Amino acid sequence: MSANIGAIPITTDRAPEQPGHGGDNYLTHDKGIMSWLFTLDHKRIGVMYMVVVCLAFALGGTFAVLLRTMLLHPAAHDAPGAQDSYNFYNHVFTLHGAVMVFMFIIPAIPAVLGNFVLPMMLGAKDVAFPRLNLLSFHIYVLGAIFFTYVLLSGVLHAAFGINMPGGWGLDTGWTFYTPYSSSTSQGAVAVATLGAFILGFSSILTGVNFIATLHMLRPKGMTWFRMPLFLWALYATSLIQILATPVLAITLLLLTAERVLGVGIFDPKLGGDPVLYQHFFWFYSHPAVYIMILPGMGVISEIVSTFSRRHIFGYNFIAISSVAIALLGFIVWGHHLFVSGQSPMANSIFSLLTFSVAIPSAIKVFNWTATLYKADIRLKTPFLYAAGFIMLFTVGGLTGLFLGSLSVDIHLTDTYFVVAHFHYVMVGSMLFAFLGGMYYWWPKMFGRMYHENTGRIAAAIIFVGFNLTFFPQFIMGSRGMPRRYASYPIQFVSFHHASTMGAYTMGVGLTLAAFNLLHALKRGKPAPANPWGGNTLEWRTPSPPPHDNFKETPVAGDPYDLHGWKQLPGKDEWVLVKEEHRTVDGPPHDPTAAPSPTTH
Amino acid sequence: MLTAILAVASNNFWMPERSASTVSGDVDGLYNFVYYLSLFFFLLITFLLVVFIIKYRHKEGEGERESAAGHSTALELTWTIIPTVLVLVIFYYGFRGFLDMMVEPPNSYEVMVNGKTWNWTFTYEGQYVSDDGKLHIPVNTPIRFVLSSNDVIHSLFMPAFRVKKDVVPGRYNRFWVEATEVGESDIYCAEYCGKGHSQMLTHVVVHSKEDFARWFENMKDWTRTKSPLVAGEQMYHTRGCEQCHSVDGRQGTGPTWKDMFGNQIQLAGGGTVVADENYIRESILYPNAKIHQGFPNPSPMPSFLGQLNDNDIMALISYMKSISVHFKGDLAPFKQLLKPGATSGPTTAATTTQPAGGGGGGGNAAGAGTKR
Repeated sequence: MSANIGAIPITTDRAPEQPGHGGDNYLTHDKGIMSWLFTLDHKRIGVMYMVVVCLAFALGGTFAVLLRTMLLHPAAHDAPGAQDSYNFYNHVFTLHGAVMVFMFIIPAIPAVLGNFVLPMMLGAKDVAFPRLNLLSFHIYVLGAIFFTYVLLSGVLHAAFGINMPGGWGLDTGWTFYTPYSSSTSQGAVAVATLGAFILGFSSILTGVNFIATLHMLRPKGMTWFRMPLFLWALYATSLIQILATPVLAITLLLLTAERVLGVGIFDPKLGGDPVLYQHFFWFYSHPAVYIMILPGMGVISEIVSTFSRRHIFGYNFIAISSVAIALLGFIVWGHHLFVSGQSPMANSIFSLLTFSVAIPSAIKVFNWTATLYKADIRLKTPFLYAAGFIMLFTVGGLTGLFLGSLSVDIHLTDTYFVVAHFHYVMVGSMLFAFLGGMYYWWPKMFGRMYHENTGRIAAAIIFVGFNLTFFPQFIMGSRGMPRRYASYPIQFVSFHHASTMGAYTMGVGLTLAAFNLLHALKRGKPAPANPWGGNTLEWRTPSPPPHDNFKETPVAGDPYDLHGWKQLPGKDEWVLVKEEHRTVDGPPHDPTAAPSPTTH
Repeated sequence: MLTAILAVASNNFWMPERSASTVSGDVDGLYNFVYYLSLFFFLLITFLLVVFIIKYRHKEGEGERESAAGHSTALELTWTIIPTVLVLVIFYYGFRGFLDMMVEPPNSYEVMVNGKTWNWTFTYEGQYVSDDGKLHIPVNTPIRFVLSSNDVIHSLFMPAFRVKKDVVPGRYNRFWVEATEVGESDIYCAEYCGKGHSQMLTHVVVHSKEDFARWFENMKDWTRTKSPLVAGEQMYHTRGCEQCHSVDGRQGTGPTWKDMFGNQIQLAGGGTVVADENYIRESILYPNAKIHQGFPNPSPMPSFLGQLNDNDIMALISYMKSISVHFKGDLAPFKQLLKPGATSGPTTAATTTQPAGGGGGGGNAAGAGTKR
């Protein structure tokens, strides 16, 4: 099929939907603060999640900049005030890590983008359990307030000597390892685990909701293997959330039992084993790493296909690899414990299993890259984030090979190499996917277009700043710089300088990216129903969508068959010319060819 | 370009300068193998990404492109099988290197390592503690380390040897290493252990076998051959006291030692106590017995029970006396033994402020110092 857009007149039996400005949409449907706080509308809940999640990111990011600033120069231990500054630094890096992991990275994509987009991709009015969805948000806010209070009270105490009531405060790092965490400030570990569990409980509810929605509310025509890949990713994520998070509750129960009943579980003084705590912690937190990255992979699959105007390559492999990563993610936690005294046998098995995760990750990267072959690429901001994601995730994934191999990991573990590795995955990949997704769906969410070139420039600054921040950390890490050091040997000073400069650069880029989106809210051009030409169902309703999402329930086809959409000349607007056009080679599972084994 | 990449990739760039154990060569070899493999795949992906983006960029007014295939089982299998084989190879070499680290040669020389916040002690032959706080080992000799912790988890990390092992309270972790070069390199604590984590540093000194024998004979009985005062001051630096206690009047995590001995101390929860020998001994062995007001309760100080013997404690007490105006005894006979030029600020302060006169304290210390 080769049709020239100029040659064919755009006449469709379905007129393109008019933008919803001025008309009734979900933003204008109800008025007043209560109509937001107690809404059952998944779109409003998604927007509220976005506000809180972004505040958490701003808090964690501010502290990242603060700790990078503190690391500009190593402070000798006999310098005046050095002891206090070490104490302060320890509270700061704990807050940064804990806020970013539990309040930002884990909920960001599923709770913000997932909540907004998932029902619309299904052509549904809402998620399966709207009330549960609202409860999950309220629990998240409660957990966020509690967790922030615990962390901030410690920082305030360390910095200004302010004693907040309850004044816990944490200087344990986000991993809360016993017995350090149980020996410093009263019961910090139980409080912290409680905070993480409240936040985790909210994600259990979201997970249950998504799984039920995906099982029950898929529209006519959407078999499992015609689901958008973002939904596959969310499905895999939800599985982990509901299976792994309860382990946090078990850990919390054991910590409480130890404290209240004096049963020796983790505390060596009572005959417990502190390494057991690490097993419990990572049995949740390692799968949680995949909670963080899988939804990002889903977002990238959508963006890569839409902006390259090309059917996603190897749909089945990408879909199945999401589920494979989710399942394999459960059996690799022991690779965090290679030097803890875990038996050599366990180390060897965990090392082998760890390498198995490399395969589905590699498959995804190759398929995204292959999608670009003979494509028709539009270099819009979301695509730039996706391209950045592919490069940075490749680095993050490949450096995992160093850490998975036993003998090399003995040298590298607990150094900045690990810090750099997981930031390449958590920030370079997940944050890029989140930003890409925000820019991709922003016009849909608020009915306004952002400024394209500002968006591109911000993406470029973030990319440069990110690499400047974290690449030097690989070098100093493999040269032996241990992590979580408030001060450090002088030979690492130039790497720390570069890293701090990178953090500042990234701060500028992120501010610009955020400003661009916020500016669009008031000043942006009105967005059409489909500004990018995507074929997933959310683009078939006006931007912003009406309260009920769709006037009539749409019928789903192959989500990546983009040929029916034509761009209006010179505009960011695409219209459906031909419904259900089949590509020459056909979709991966052509329902007309044979009855699909899994019907909805 | 390629030479630049190779130069950057050379071992010296990525790994610690020294590679000085029997396993470090293997670790570096595998690191480099994975590095070149990763570099290849990174460049491949980046190259394809950039080429596709440039070549297949949308150009205004251009017609729709002929679509390429949306799926290829052959390709999928290729990029499933090749990475699978490669990661199995990496696993195998990592596993083999790890087994080499695990299998301890017979007749290795044992050093007991104790980690506590925020200090390392190295004990030889079951009783002799390294006098300068550094780990001294002979070259070309397998050394077996038995690790124990008094408080929280630490991790003994020797980058030059490419080895690391957690020091876990409540269990004895072991590992071994054989140094291949004479020289000195860093030891870090690699598991976060609190405020002084980044100061829990020392060095490993690799001697020739003869030098090690000589060092060991000199060191062996140092707390007994030196005067308690000198030994006390040295222990202040090498046994971790200085991480929390200053000797110049600044309050750190713990109270300063300056002018502490003989002083009235306000206790948390009311009451006072005179900081005499008994109080200090009790505080060293049972840090939570009496808490100094204004300091953390419970005390973060680890107990030194079993770590310091009576001899060591008396040496520390002698040192405290020498820097306190409240001590009414006379330490003059011992001060003459101090080497000139040694850090003697505190001791001279004591000389000028102390009224002369015989005292039980000094005699007590002398007795402890010469006993046995």
